Amino acid sequence: MNFSIIKRTLGWILVFEAIFFLVPLIASVVYWEEEFFTFLFTILLCASVGGLCLLGKPKNKDIYAKEGFVIVALGWIVMSLFGALPFVLSGAIPSFVDALFETVSGFTTTGASILSGEEIDGMARSLILWRSFTHWVGGMGVLVLMMAFLPLSGARNMHIMNAESPGPTVSKLVPKMRQTALILYSIYFVMTLVQLIMLLCGGMPLFEALNTAFAVAGTGGFASSSSGMAGYNSYLQIVVTVFMLLFSINFNSYYLLLRGKVKDAFNAEVKTFLIIVAVAIGAITLNLCFTQIDSFSSVGEALKHAAFSVSSVISTTGFATVDFAQWPLFSRAILILLMFIGACAGSTGGGMKVSRWIVLGKGAGHEIKRMIHPKQVKKISVDGKVVEHEVVRSINSYLVAYIFIFVVSLFIISLDPVLTGDFESAFSSVATTLNNVGPGTGKIAGPMGNFGDYSIVSKIVFTLDMLIGRLEIFPMLILFAPSTWIK
Amino acid sequence: MKIIIVGCGRVGQSLAEKLNADGNDVTVVDTNAEKVKMLANRCDIMGVVGNGATLDVLSEAGILGAELFIAVTNSDELNLLCCLLAKKEGNCQTIARVKNPEYAKETQYLSEELGLVMAINPEYAAAEEIARVLRFPSAMKIEPFAKGKVELVTFRLQKDSPLIGQSVKDAMAKLKVNVLIGTIERGEEAFIAGGDFVFAEKDVVSIVATPKAANDFFAKIRSKGHSIKDAFVVGGGDITHYLCEILERSNISLKIVEKDYKTCEELAGKYGKATIIHGNAADRELLLEQGLENAGAFVALAALDEENILLSLFAKEAGAKKLVTKINRIDYDGVISRLDLDTMICPKNIASNSILRYVRATKNTQGSNIERLYNIIEDQVEASEFIVKDGSPVIGKPISTLHFKRNVLIASIVRGESVIIPHGDDTIEAGDSVLVVTKDLVLGDIADILER
Repeated sequence: MNFSIIKRTLGWILVFEAIFFLVPLIASVVYWEEEFFTFLFTILLCASVGGLCLLGKPKNKDIYAKEGFVIVALGWIVMSLFGALPFVLSGAIPSFVDALFETVSGFTTTGASILSGEEIDGMARSLILWRSFTHWVGGMGVLVLMMAFLPLSGARNMHIMNAESPGPTVSKLVPKMRQTALILYSIYFVMTLVQLIMLLCGGMPLFEALNTAFAVAGTGGFASSSSGMAGYNSYLQIVVTVFMLLFSINFNSYYLLLRGKVKDAFNAEVKTFLIIVAVAIGAITLNLCFTQIDSFSSVGEALKHAAFSVSSVISTTGFATVDFAQWPLFSRAILILLMFIGACAGSTGGGMKVSRWIVLGKGAGHEIKRMIHPKQVKKISVDGKVVEHEVVRSINSYLVAYIFIFVVSLFIISLDPVLTGDFESAFSSVATTLNNVGPGTGKIAGPMGNFGDYSIVSKIVFTLDMLIGRLEIFPMLILFAPSTWIK
Repeated sequence: MKIIIVGCGRVGQSLAEKLNADGNDVTVVDTNAEKVKMLANRCDIMGVVGNGATLDVLSEAGILGAELFIAVTNSDELNLLCCLLAKKEGNCQTIARVKNPEYAKETQYLSEELGLVMAINPEYAAAEEIARVLRFPSAMKIEPFAKGKVELVTFRLQKDSPLIGQSVKDAMAKLKVNVLIGTIERGEEAFIAGGDFVFAEKDVVSIVATPKAANDFFAKIRSKGHSIKDAFVVGGGDITHYLCEILERSNISLKIVEKDYKTCEELAGKYGKATIIHGNAADRELLLEQGLENAGAFVALAALDEENILLSLFAKEAGAKKLVTKINRIDYDGVISRLDLDTMICPKNIASNSILRYVRATKNTQGSNIERLYNIIEDQVEASEFIVKDGSPVIGKPISTLHFKRNVLIASIVRGESVIIPHGDDTIEAGDSVLVVTKDLVLGDIADILER
């Protein structure tokens, strides 16, 4: 275990976080809020602790897979611990566990909140902006951003990229890691900017447009006011719907599009993703039309809300234009299913990722065929390429670990007295945090509820679930394996 | 530079690592996913799994933007096919590895027809190097410059060398040969030799001289038998084939021990001059029976590194005067170099180094005028060859009046057919080919050697 390089990388993460804090600091100056001093103090703290970690040169800059996982897992934990400070110091969220929940929810682009609508409306604007900005930072990953600017560990950065980027396999766009990271962040930045301009054109005020742009880009889902997305006009809701979908498509596809490779850009995963979205929207619209048509002014209106909710859930953003917890069970079941499916690999979205489901589905199909023809030799292939056995194996064990964590979390949560036997809330709360969606269904976890009433134990479990979900399980689990820490 | 390498064998791996370390954009292609992944985790490169001779894979690897294409798979035919496709599709420079002795004669023709900038044959290059070392037994490495008119010879000072304890100035005055002492490597450190530098045992010295002067130099500093009359070769592989061919007309006679009877017959049929022994070289009795202790040189070219090292150490003990050992695994270079072996030959390394030299030279020569570049001591000392153009600030003045930067040495000047080993009064003229040795300095132009 190369502790000196881990310490150094963590130091850099804190330095970067100090730079991120400049965004709310500027906001606090613009809105003339006393939180300026809170942010100034946090920046100085981050920079000095980070600076201390950077002292001394590591003898050995080599990192292997193990160090890569540990750096990413610890990095996200450290980042969240320091990111929670402004909420506590300013007194906006007095309990540290609550503040940590809120920050982790931000960085992991979950968007679940312990704050009620009134509390959000009463919060300082700089704090609200910081909350949304954590989505933008966490969406693409802070270590990937660092790689664009720093030669982290010589040539072996691939291990870090592997651990931080969502999806079963990670590939570079160009031979050099630094360029790859730069390209990814450029695409991310430009798309966020385009979205911001389109929101401003629709008459959204600048502060809300900034918050929404950050939250959608990271597929997070923190709203800047209690009314959420419901208060906006149809144009703005449609813009948000489209961008939620765009940010949940693999960024490699955009790079391929830019290079004119349209055919390669629309690969099996993107196609499947779009088909799932279309089918889900259709099914929910029909369901709503047959059961609740009175609550919508027209079929078009129902379609719009169905499309918004489907995009919001499958992209794991978690915005809501209506309280979908009130929808019929069939529609709610579809939404919960979409949480588990999640976005495409290599996007800013969460969930289990469409590409994993493609491989799992094909594997199950092959298993059935093998029962009919026991000696048949079959290989899973996607986009005309054989999926290596190793990848299939890791996806299978991912599913098992995922279910295991889900079940354990559910058991712990079910002890919470606040639930009072509401199974749907318990189930969807775990699903929504582990998949980084935000709101669930049921009374407590629905779009109009919040996580504030859960007990401290439940909140800690949710916080861990969000981190485990964002980093795709294994980087977090590896921290608990004793052999990781033995020299 | 954007470079695609097809084949992740040892040559491909070491090329990818070194080219990546030089800051190039490297993409590797191999059919073996495991190898590609391992390499992509080890250095900052992109990996593509697939057959490099298919257009799909080539375009995925980015052939359209590539500037250099290197095919170093195990198969000659595949390499040539890859290069042909790459040339037609991407219009880049291509380098292929062609190693089969049967293609040796066609290589020149094929390179021209397929538009290769370089056809590399590791085994032939290794055989050439062995032949050079056998002719110059005191040398560790010999590198030709200015089309072979000047050689850079590296050798280690042995215990009995008369040079030990003398300063460079005194030694040169005594020897009276037209040779320039270039660099001296002591332990981990390298020096550019000044006149007051005193030689010590185990120093690795490099000299610059014409081949003839180098011969005289070694004749003078060596008290006893500096030429090799016969060599004992273990193994009858491709290198041995080439070695027989190269030494056919020299006065060095070869004795080859090979355990495969068919290979023995093949060698015997082709090269009448060599003595071919059918037997197992691991058999101690056989080696001694064949007169190992009197052999002028022992050349271990068996397939396994372990066997080569073991046999070489045994030959040294038995009394062989000069050892040449083939090593395939370069990773353990550090450990092996501590053993008392004279010359180590690593065919894959020779191949990757000559490609590397080509890449560095083309990169350096973009906007400068370096002809050829050679690393004397890894990462520290370089020899660069320049053709001096009209109007250069170095022209026309005696060398002693020019203000050089530190650690710069003008090693030789080639003017037409004549070679000048420079002294203070010599001048550099336009059109000269000048060899400059530098330490910790990157040159783009000959003018860079002057203090501004």
